Amino acid sequence: MSTEVEPRTAVNAGPGRVLIGLYGLFALSAGVRAGFQIASRFDQAPAAYLLSAVAAAIYLVAMLGLIRGGRGGQRLALVCCAFELAGVLVVGTASLVAADVFPDETVWSFYGRGYGFVPLVLPVLGLIWLTHVRPTAHS
Amino acid sequence: MYAELSLVVMVASLLVGGWCLVSAARERWLGAGQVVALAALELVLLAQAVAATVRMVGGERPDQFGTFIGYLATSVAVLPLATLLSFMERTRWGSVIAGVAAIVVAVLTLRLRQVWVPA
Repeated sequence: MSTEVEPRTAVNAGPGRVLIGLYGLFALSAGVRAGFQIASRFDQAPAAYLLSAVAAAIYLVAMLGLIRGGRGGQRLALVCCAFELAGVLVVGTASLVAADVFPDETVWSFYGRGYGFVPLVLPVLGLIWLTHVRPTAHS
Repeated sequence: MYAELSLVVMVASLLVGGWCLVSAARERWLGAGQVVALAALELVLLAQAVAATVRMVGGERPDQFGTFIGYLATSVAVLPLATLLSFMERTRWGSVIAGVAAIVVAVLTLRLRQVWVPA
């Protein structure tokens, strides 16, 4: 481990570091928001608030995967991005079709409209980066 | 919140963010001028946060108090963290990080204005 040279174009460098920043921001904002909602008025919309918490957790794990890098980190982040894209599409559509299920907005409601549609764009950018980068195989 | 100050913050952060993104487009990392601009912007953000805190201590309450506090804390934390990340990535992507962060600050300040809802 200590003797190996750190690969320069790794998952966690270049565009990957931009993604780390964005995922960190979203993990923080979705997490704080979910925590606040669950603590203050959980019974009002438990499904929506739990969903926000799940989204925050996914953002956090994606960020950790990106930071860790290597094959394992890349795979972890890839799974998170795929889950995230599925989540934003399913929840986005559900919020349009059955608005009563999500009385309070979540990060993924209306395809992330409340967050400038970044929640919809972010997993796509993540998937593009993670499927194109080839971590220099070492070990 | 002071409407005029927050307007200045929004315009300034968009300008600084745009400046950083110009460097990114030219495949360059930030120059000394941009780092100074980011630091100056952070000082204005701190001033804004202090001013808002003073008004809240003085008894004024934003419409959505919790949300406001969250945005206010984030507004002062974003630039230092992003600049740190940018210094770890001294390529065009480091400029992207700083540029996006400054634009995030503009959006946060817009949200702060909306959430405050001056009486």
